[in-house]
Amino acid sequence: MTVRNALGRRTGALFVVATLAFSGVAGAAEKSLVVYSARKYQLVEELFQEYGRDRGIEVKSVTDDGAPLIQRLKAEGTASPADVFITVDAGDLWRATQAGLLQPVHSQMLEAAIPAHLRDPDGHWFGLAVRARTIAYSTARVKPEELSTYAALGDARWKGRLCLRSGKAVYNQSLVAMFINDMGEQATERMVGAWIANLAADPFSNDTLMLKAIAAGQCDVGITNSYYLGKLQHEQPELPVQIFWADQAGKGTHVNISGGGVARHAKNREEAVRFLEWLASPATQQRFAAVNFEFPANAGVDPLPEVKVWGPFKPNEVNVGLIGKAQPAAVMLIDRAGWR
Amino acid sequence: MDSVNPRAGPAIAAILVALPMVAILAAVIHGATGADPALWAHLAEHVLARVTLNTAVLVVGVVAIAVALGTSLAWLTAACDFPGRGFFAWALLLPMAMPAYVLAFVAVATLDYAGAVPVALRAVFGEGFAVPAIRSTGGVIAVLGLASYPYVYLMARGAFLTHGARVLEAAQSLGLGPWSGLFRVAVPLARPWLAGGAALVAMETLADFGAVSVFNYDTFTTAIYKAWYGLFSIETALGLALLLLVFVAVALALERLARGRARYTAADAGLRAPARLALPGARGWVAFTCASAIFAIAFVLPAFVLARWALEVAPLDLDARYVDYALRTLVLAAMAAVACLALAVVLGYATRFESGRLPRAATRVATLGYAIPGTVLAVGVVTVLGGVDAAWRALAGGGGLWLQGTVVALLFGYVARFLAVAHVPVQGGFARIRPSLEEAARSLGLGTRGLVTRLHLPLLGAGLGTALLLVFVDVMKEMPITLMTRPFGWDTLAVRVFEMTAEGEWQRAALPALVIVAAGLLPVALLIWRMERAARTA
Repeated sequence: MTVRNALGRRTGALFVVATLAFSGVAGAAEKSLVVYSARKYQLVEELFQEYGRDRGIEVKSVTDDGAPLIQRLKAEGTASPADVFITVDAGDLWRATQAGLLQPVHSQMLEAAIPAHLRDPDGHWFGLAVRARTIAYSTARVKPEELSTYAALGDARWKGRLCLRSGKAVYNQSLVAMFINDMGEQATERMVGAWIANLAADPFSNDTLMLKAIAAGQCDVGITNSYYLGKLQHEQPELPVQIFWADQAGKGTHVNISGGGVARHAKNREEAVRFLEWLASPATQQRFAAVNFEFPANAGVDPLPEVKVWGPFKPNEVNVGLIGKAQPAAVMLIDRAGWR
Repeated sequence: MDSVNPRAGPAIAAILVALPMVAILAAVIHGATGADPALWAHLAEHVLARVTLNTAVLVVGVVAIAVALGTSLAWLTAACDFPGRGFFAWALLLPMAMPAYVLAFVAVATLDYAGAVPVALRAVFGEGFAVPAIRSTGGVIAVLGLASYPYVYLMARGAFLTHGARVLEAAQSLGLGPWSGLFRVAVPLARPWLAGGAALVAMETLADFGAVSVFNYDTFTTAIYKAWYGLFSIETALGLALLLLVFVAVALALERLARGRARYTAADAGLRAPARLALPGARGWVAFTCASAIFAIAFVLPAFVLARWALEVAPLDLDARYVDYALRTLVLAAMAAVACLALAVVLGYATRFESGRLPRAATRVATLGYAIPGTVLAVGVVTVLGGVDAAWRALAGGGGLWLQGTVVALLFGYVARFLAVAHVPVQGGFARIRPSLEEAARSLGLGTRGLVTRLHLPLLGAGLGTALLLVFVDVMKEMPITLMTRPFGWDTLAVRVFEMTAEGEWQRAALPALVIVAAGLLPVALLIWRMERAARTA
């Protein structure tokens, strides 16, 4: 009994100490920059630390998915310690703007560095890295001449040969949202229905699994974010899967962004803007995109050689914010089409 | 304690424990009222029927597997003797340290079409060789069943160890063998404990998001996430969560109805060491083979795969930070386990000393959190704490965040989520203490304090240990609440797993996942050692 009581007291003491030690930590914001990031820590860690060292401040961050971070910002209200909010999807930035969680920024530097379709016209957010969502195909069983558009993946020739990731994935939702903007709900729903009819296997829970299924022969074509293929090709240079830029004769390949904006109740607005400008600057852009095999949002900066080798492509230049706006409609369309 | 009005005290205590959950439910209900009717119409037409059926199939399947495995393995290791029994008694608990989402991604990565096993089989037997699809209803049920049987195992083992000797004698005097003894005597006697374990498994399955996502199996929880993340409607997501809670409440009420008014107490709990039934020769080796197979599939093979992946990334990733991740994980798990245990004991006393409806109703509310998907609960938690912080700022005329972004917020969330996990074994422990023992003790002049320290605590021992262990291990694996409420610099092992899996790089998550498993082994081993010793010396 005595041992248990002593243990109990010690745990209780630890509890109190930890509680006292960390209460109110979130409130202190001097000489620090606080980043809420849906872009995962290992992709941003080094850059955050480097910025902190250069500026002589501490860069503090928490990571989570975009939606919970938005909820956290809402619950914290005016007392939120967040200065910068970074997401991996334009939809979350659009939604944060709608919810009044971001403030407009007018920076000539950012407006010159980031193309207009990759940033909010009112300056609430700016794209920092670009991911293209396009067609991947088996080099063993498909010739690139057989490929053309996303819609053509619904043709009879791909019956039982197409693989897709889950319709719950935000990247598929934003692809469908782009098509709703471009060609209306009816035509988009017909296209998605034709894809589903062509599926070779149940939709996959991520792009990497799907690409491996193409390599292993379960299917021949699929739709993927470019960087997943970049990473796989980097690990396995002999991988018999290659990228095809879809819709080049039409409006262009679908792109989404990882981007950021300044939080509405930022305690260090000036530092936050400076941080975004630093992230958008040529030297940082190269590295920001390279760690994840993405394309820099700053048009003057080259991607990794392994990414550049895929060749230039024409992106669909509809503003990525409009894609976020159409996302709920896209989710409902996906439900109706039975895209699990 | 003696001075408190014996009728009002317990009810007040139970209500106090339930208050945070009431606040969270109020926040969830308030949020849900803002749901868009057009979205509801869409969900009703295209989503609800399918996810309800899917969820029901999943819960029934997982609970069936968990109860079948947990009960039979507990019977083997508690009441029978066979080669390796002492080892399996604790080893069969180890899968508990393996998060279900980790087991899921190991299964899919190795057993799906492009996985190592089917690839090797096709290399041997030709391209046409078809392997049953792991990404199927059967696959997800099997994985969740294997990940969750330890909950039933632990509860059943506790019951069998206390009933063991008497049950065996009764069974033998009726001329029953070991298996008919199990089904006709031991299981009926252990029913409340088995039902408690099954309820934990059912609630854990309902709230699971990680494992079902890996299998792309649509449940209520995935629909909740989709409404929130995809339809941008947290209100609709909260509404779906409430609907799910209604289903849970109905299921729990039905279970209570079926159990009726039967009381279950041990015959002469712990009065003598349970004699075990020897399984001689071939029968012993059959038991050994079954136990080995389950242990291998649920733990050894997945741990081996994790270890191989972890070795690949360890040179790049493993550094001093992992010590910090592990320490923070253990400290948080320990604090949450102690807090949940203390409150579960309060609830246990409240319902024991006050048989009215109020403490029981309060207990049911206080323990609902386990059936709510963690991320929905996290939204409720930050909303409640945000409200408190805002009120504080209004009173103090400014200032920062008082609760949010502190360890208190994190513990508040853990207790809301995991109180049920401590409550079930503690309640099971109380149920085993015969009221006549208390009467006897009181007639011998024992006051309330004496009753607690000299009768209840010694008899509750195993139940308290079980409660601590279950909460401890569950908190180590917990992801959404940790992510959403953690203070700066409080990244845990589960946060690291999240970071690594977020872009689909499961292999890279193997290292933190393996450390979670390793750190979970220690409390598991400690508990089993205690249980065995208690059974021997009783």
